[in-house]
Amino acid sequence: MAAVTELQKTFYHVDENGYYGKFGGAYIPEMLYPNVEELKENYLKIMYSPDFQQEFHKLLKDYVGRPTPLYLASRLSEKFGASIYLKREDLCHTGAHKVNNTIGQVLLARRLNKKRIIAETGAGQHGVATATICALMGMPCKVFMGAVDMQRQKPNVERMRILGAEVIPANSGSKTLKDATNEALRHWINNPVDSHYVIGSVVGPHPYPDMVARFQAVVSAEIRQQLKEETGTEKPDYVVACVGGGSNAAGAYYHFLEDTEVKLIAVEAAGMGVHSGKSAATTALGKIGIIHSSKTLLMQTDDGQITEPHSISAGLDYPGIGPLHAHLYDTGRGTFYSITDDEAMEAGILLSRMEGIIPAIESAHAIAVLHQMELKSDDVVVVSLSGRGDKDLETYIRWGKY
Amino acid sequence: MSVVNTYNRIDQVFEEKEESILSVYYTAGFPALNDTVRIAEYLEKAGADFIEIGMPFSDPLADGPTIQDSSTQALHNGMSLKLLFEQLRDVRQSVSLPMILMGYMNPVMQFGVENFCQHCQQVGVDALILPDLPMQEYLNEYKELFESYGLYNIFLITPQTSEARIRLIDEHSHGFIYMVSSASITGAKSNITEEQLAYFDRIRAMKLKNPTLIGFGISNYETFSHACSYANGAIIGSAFIKVLQESNDLEKSITQFITSVKGADHR
Ligand SMILES: Cc1ncc(COP(=O)(O)O)c(C=O)c1O
Repeated sequence: MAAVTELQKTFYHVDENGYYGKFGGAYIPEMLYPNVEELKENYLKIMYSPDFQQEFHKLLKDYVGRPTPLYLASRLSEKFGASIYLKREDLCHTGAHKVNNTIGQVLLARRLNKKRIIAETGAGQHGVATATICALMGMPCKVFMGAVDMQRQKPNVERMRILGAEVIPANSGSKTLKDATNEALRHWINNPVDSHYVIGSVVGPHPYPDMVARFQAVVSAEIRQQLKEETGTEKPDYVVACVGGGSNAAGAYYHFLEDTEVKLIAVEAAGMGVHSGKSAATTALGKIGIIHSSKTLLMQTDDGQITEPHSISAGLDYPGIGPLHAHLYDTGRGTFYSITDDEAMEAGILLSRMEGIIPAIESAHAIAVLHQMELKSDDVVVVSLSGRGDKDLETYIRWGKY
Repeated sequence: MSVVNTYNRIDQVFEEKEESILSVYYTAGFPALNDTVRIAEYLEKAGADFIEIGMPFSDPLADGPTIQDSSTQALHNGMSLKLLFEQLRDVRQSVSLPMILMGYMNPVMQFGVENFCQHCQQVGVDALILPDLPMQEYLNEYKELFESYGLYNIFLITPQTSEARIRLIDEHSHGFIYMVSSASITGAKSNITEEQLAYFDRIRAMKLKNPTLIGFGISNYETFSHACSYANGAIIGSAFIKVLQESNDLEKSITQFITSVKGADHR
């Protein structure tokens, strides 16, 4: 009996081999083995050492501005007929949840005596967060970014440069996030001794998905506490988050994974429609395979070539999802929806008009799904508002319907 | 009972010749879709010892720009695993050198790993290099399967690989061990550094049971012969891809290149 409880407790967490059910692992070339092994051997020890915890939480508080508010969006609540709380990750320094992970990993890299930081970025959000923390710590930082994304996200490219990072265009393959990730991994292969690669989501080889989820877990730790203060109970009925790789979702779900009465809602980008050929809805379109050294669901051709996704939000424009999410999907623990570009843009305007909050287009996907959920008046819904819309102003302007 | 039940051409070559083994890598379906087999034939005629055929993949993590570009081109040409096995169906009528397939796990998984092994055996493949298949995963999941189809799994080692791990890899290897000459993705580099030499020395002193081939960064007679003084031979990839790319007469270019790498034109 005790064994069963123990199993249930860990069912949604990574096992000792780096798997969530049948997903995960570390399908790395031998060239990366020493680095990844070093990380695997040390990450938990370092993360849970008292001095690390103290430094990490102090920075989260004084530098990032945590805890971020849990805000009861009353007009939105009225519209959807349930209590809608927004977890305001958009108020983090640098404008999104990404920085929680970045601080954690850079602190960890320092304790592993790494001198240089490498990162990939799609929208530029993770790149900016990494460049920011590297500036703070005085560490040299190289950010790989698809050449196409550099065109799409010019302000973030310049933000990174202002912060002193070197932005390196990824010109291989489709020149977007997946290629930037390949280039970052290659750079790490070529510079294995003194560099740490800061992955920006719960993707990549074990231990990255678990490590990033643990750094982002501060989000759900705060939600529990804040909700208790607000409503007297720690557990909402729903936690809703968008999923690109899945880091804001992993953070928002983390401390609810075993509380199966809390329903976990994952929102993927349908792009121009799930079956339009221009989509990033991985669970709807993907099959199990290996992407960026992790066995997970990914979008691919019948021959196993990874396909290029599409979403209006660069942060959701990734052909895979983290192995934790593949497992949540596979086991039914998570319910997956998809939201089109237009639905997301409309939800972005809706939130702007009703609550005075212009969300990142990624986060707008999580707002849009409220239309599709069948909510009851006593439901308590927490939506992860993962980022603010500043970076997306040009996209809002180009879309134009406001 | 020995699990490896078929006679492997790689062992046969090493029985006859222990040094200056030249293994040549190229990407299937490149430069043109149907060049795969004739390149193998030209390589055999020109005097290569092993043929390494790359199965193109959209996201080849361990490869440099030259090989990735050739993969992108091959995919664009319409290359796929299914087509590769069709192209190789009769290759054993004209090519007798050991044939190694190199590629990434995802296309193999989608093809079906057992189905893949079956096809490999049918067309006469001797070994596989799957850089993103880690040793532990191989031992747990695939070793028996590969061996039952007579396929050797070739492991890589790097300057960062610990001695204990090299010993373990040596224990589980058949055929040869692929020494990555620097902690590096593929891509022709012009010279061999002091650091690499120290690494080559260190490995040589370990007296492994398997032969070693040095790969990554070998591009010409100088680098090839230098590598051969430390290992049983070497692997050329990116430099050969460049030759193919620039050639307007494949047979002639391949013969010239292989001849010059082996130093036959230096004598
Ligand atoms: C604001 C925001 N939300 C969500 C995402 C998607 O990433 P993840 O799924 O890892 O949270 C991004 C990625 O750039 C982002 O910037």
